[in-house]
Amino acid sequence: MKHDGVLMGKVNPQELDEFAKEADAWFAENVNPDPGFMLPLTFMEVGTDQQFEFLRDWQNKVYEAGYLGAAWPSEYGGGGLDQAFQDVATDAMRRHHAPIMLNAIGLNWTGPLLMDIGTEAHCKKHIKGILSAEDIWCQGFSEPDNGSDLGNAQLRAVRDGDEYVLNGSKIWTTQGNYAKYMILLARTNPDAPNKYAGLSFFLAPMKIPGVETRPIRKLTGEYGFTQTFFTDARIPADGLMGKEGEGWQVAMKTLEYERGVHGGQAGGYVLLPLDAFAVIDLARKLQRDGAPVMDDPVMRDALVEFMIEAQSLKLCQARGAFAPLNEERPFGLALSGKLMWTEFARRINEFAITLQGTKGGYYVGDPNAVDHGLWTRGYLNAFSATIGGGTSEIQHNIIAEHVLGLPKR
Amino acid sequence: MDNLGQLGFSEAQADLMEVAKRFCREQSPMQKVRALMEDDLGHDPKVWDEMAALGWLSIAIPEAYEGAGLGVAEIVPIMEQMGRYFLAGPFFSTSLAAQALLVGGTEAQKQTYLPKIAGGSVATLALSEQSGNWDLTAITARASHTDQGLALSGEKFFVRDAVAANWIIASVLLDDKPALVLIAKDDLPKDALRREIIIDETKRSFALTLDGITVPKSALLDMAQAEVTLAHIHLCANLLSTAEMCGGTQNVIDYTLDYLRTRKQFGRTIGSYQALKHPSVDAYTGYERARSLLYSAAHSFNEQGTGEIATRMAKAQADKAYAYAADRSIQFHGGFGFTYECDAQLYRRSAIWHASQYGDAAYHRKKLADLILPS
Repeated sequence: MKHDGVLMGKVNPQELDEFAKEADAWFAENVNPDPGFMLPLTFMEVGTDQQFEFLRDWQNKVYEAGYLGAAWPSEYGGGGLDQAFQDVATDAMRRHHAPIMLNAIGLNWTGPLLMDIGTEAHCKKHIKGILSAEDIWCQGFSEPDNGSDLGNAQLRAVRDGDEYVLNGSKIWTTQGNYAKYMILLARTNPDAPNKYAGLSFFLAPMKIPGVETRPIRKLTGEYGFTQTFFTDARIPADGLMGKEGEGWQVAMKTLEYERGVHGGQAGGYVLLPLDAFAVIDLARKLQRDGAPVMDDPVMRDALVEFMIEAQSLKLCQARGAFAPLNEERPFGLALSGKLMWTEFARRINEFAITLQGTKGGYYVGDPNAVDHGLWTRGYLNAFSATIGGGTSEIQHNIIAEHVLGLPKR
Repeated sequence: MDNLGQLGFSEAQADLMEVAKRFCREQSPMQKVRALMEDDLGHDPKVWDEMAALGWLSIAIPEAYEGAGLGVAEIVPIMEQMGRYFLAGPFFSTSLAAQALLVGGTEAQKQTYLPKIAGGSVATLALSEQSGNWDLTAITARASHTDQGLALSGEKFFVRDAVAANWIIASVLLDDKPALVLIAKDDLPKDALRREIIIDETKRSFALTLDGITVPKSALLDMAQAEVTLAHIHLCANLLSTAEMCGGTQNVIDYTLDYLRTRKQFGRTIGSYQALKHPSVDAYTGYERARSLLYSAAHSFNEQGTGEIATRMAKAQADKAYAYAADRSIQFHGGFGFTYECDAQLYRRSAIWHASQYGDAAYHRKKLADLILPS
């Protein structure tokens, strides 16, 4: 069921309300709480074909129902509605603890980028496949020797007629083995005046000769990322986004789309939200010395500390809407969010393991593992966020230099 | 319990914050703060008069008693700026005394005293006792009926700004039940007050001997409201204290950053060392989290249940953040940080003071455990 007839920017509150109710009912009916195997909590944790196929079908189903890409133009395959419609649908996904949307890079990065600076042809070619999850996208920014120092990317792209020839390698490619396309940061000019000016940004096909992916086994024992090798791989030159040498600016733009709209323009609901209250439920059902962990005063105090922290982070996010409360350091909270949230997520998962007594020693797969080993796996996976996207240590440097005004050297 | 407080910020709060920022910065430069620390009274009465003229004492007093009819939330941005610039004076004490009268006073008392306070008359509270207990209902001082009125006995401690005050509201037991009585400062016997030596030298605090004081029966606040009033004062004091702490944390971070940006060692500006950068960021994020909780507490303050949770969370985080930022400030100033001349000690002392009054982080967390973690 597609909803048409509402012009962008003009929201009929009654229609919005109806749409919200329909979305609510749809997710209530269609979310399957237990597909019989463990689903990934984030798009970075898709480790088996079973998980991949399930999530691909799920995203397609949500799209077909009109709850994904509802605000993207209908001529490209979107719903053509106002953003408000997508936002209520995304909200419904969250409330019903729906499985995540699989095609995270496509929904949150590529799609918005194409509609911002891409051509009509780009949009016509790619948007529908992004929404239906037919075309999975991955991201090629990090390299084996340049993790946090993204601007130093060395993968070479050399122009040859209507093509670019790629040589080098990318790492931490999420869903790299499934992806049909990659958004790619490559070096077109090694002699540029500074490292940033030598970079260009491409839409690169993955299923071509010279591109090889090798799965990386994570610390959890599972898969989800690949290393991607390019050996004389030839990609069409019309995949260049922006001009040659503008790659860094384009890459920074993609980061803005991600921050801009909560849950993403397209409803790119790609991480299950961390619920601090779930740890309280855990403390209530587990025992320590014959009584609920919840009654242990030491553990209670630790729980309260986590609750204060969770609440403060939530409020810091809400503070963006109150300009007078941010005027002295306007970007302070925005630039600190990643550090605060990812470190919190790591520590609260770690804490949840310590609540489990001897069972803290179980892992995913054992029938006695608490919540199927979710917390231990969550803790180990949490490092993907404290390391990926700029390590917490680099985040400290960024905040120190850009918010607190401390010198680089 | 999943409503732990929302964020909100009124236009009145924004306006007051702007005015207070300018006022406190101009009226309380560090040189003056240092001079007033040596002064007996400890604040500048002219500045107090100007604050009264700005209407700051009337903010949370209802219009019926010649106030502005706003709430405690609107005092918060002012207290925050006072804490930031160490602006000395009996604003905290007087604001709390007004709240005590508002919640626990008789109608006659409200009509007599609230308009005076709104106009700038100083008042304070005498609640703490020898036990060092944060529970304001743990009272041993007494009042007993006599022909002349109520005869008081016992000792009170941490009576802020008592010398500057016209009235002191003290907690006592009357017929073994908590009660509040209003004492005119002029009625105190000589030597009833002893200035206490406290860790925060920008503040004034006194021990008060009640022995020998008799007040008229009309000085008794509404006994039926005494416990409610004490609970309200406890939360209100913590909210205002948290505001001061957030202001202080902000300034100690800025003060430290200035030093890190200018001091050179081993040929480098010391602020370029990650060993100093990273804890500075931790101090900063701790501060921002405290401030978000503070304004949520201010916004939710009148909501039953939520107001208490939000306030306790804010004080707990502010205690942690202020203590850390000021502790690191001393350390990062190196040898200079060990001197009296370095301002870092002022902030560290202030943080210790605030933790010591009305409950520290661990105390509030314990209260929170019962509120948000029912077994």
